Amino acid sequence: MIELLPACKQCPLERSSNIKKTDMAVTTDHIRDKLTKELAAVHVDVEDTSPNRCAASFKALVVSSQFEGKPLLQRHRMVNTCLAEELKEIHAFEQKTLTPEQWEKQKSQ
Amino acid sequence: MNSFISATARCLRSGAALYGPRRADVWSAPGRRLLCAAAGDVQKDLGEKVKKDKVVVFIKGTPAQPMCGFSNAVVQILRMHGVDDYAAYNVLDDQELREGIKVFSNWPTIPQVYFNGEFVGGCDILLQMHQNGDLVEEFKKLGIRSELLETEKDSK
Repeated sequence: MIELLPACKQCPLERSSNIKKTDMAVTTDHIRDKLTKELAAVHVDVEDTSPNRCAASFKALVVSSQFEGKPLLQRHRMVNTCLAEELKEIHAFEQKTLTPEQWEKQKSQ
Repeated sequence: MNSFISATARCLRSGAALYGPRRADVWSAPGRRLLCAAAGDVQKDLGEKVKKDKVVVFIKGTPAQPMCGFSNAVVQILRMHGVDDYAAYNVLDDQELREGIKVFSNWPTIPQVYFNGEFVGGCDILLQMHQNGDLVEEFKKLGIRSELLETEKDSK
């Protein structure tokens, strides 16, 4: 079982620099809307995981038929490209990318 | 400073070299802090680093002491497969490395994983590959036999 450390608590560089809380533009709503629009997503979940980390962090689930036939890396790059500006402000970003079919399968499990 | 000199010397010795994955036009990226010449050397150096070993990871901290949950996950996954012969570069030790690898891979976050000089992805991707069995296959292509196969064999 993979266990993540509780937080980036030990990340010295982060603590020593001036971390301002996310730029007001980078919110879960903003991310959700952008992903939905630019990737024609049928479902997007965005969670702000910043309380568990040392700076602005998000976790996103994106379901889009644009991911069909594309390997994982390519899917993640599509998301990264969509959020290129936001990712400059974000410290940590987790993502899960599914096609609608994979999403239905996962829901039924 | 020494690494700058030795990186330059390596470049002169090896001549023009193809390296690394194609990356976005980095010189137009706003907020870049590195001087052009130094940045170019860092990129060339990274090009060599990712090819030097079969498995290369860029993490926060070290395999013995990861300093971030996601980097720790990468280290743990490799350990589960019995892969202990890999190169691990600590981005917290070197700010140029930390920024340089993001540019080199065109990938915004750490950790970053390379197999045979090819960018694989971050923690999410490695974890999914581990969970769906793809990682064992990828290791096989590298000539590495995952220890998880031994565990499976024993349990049969």
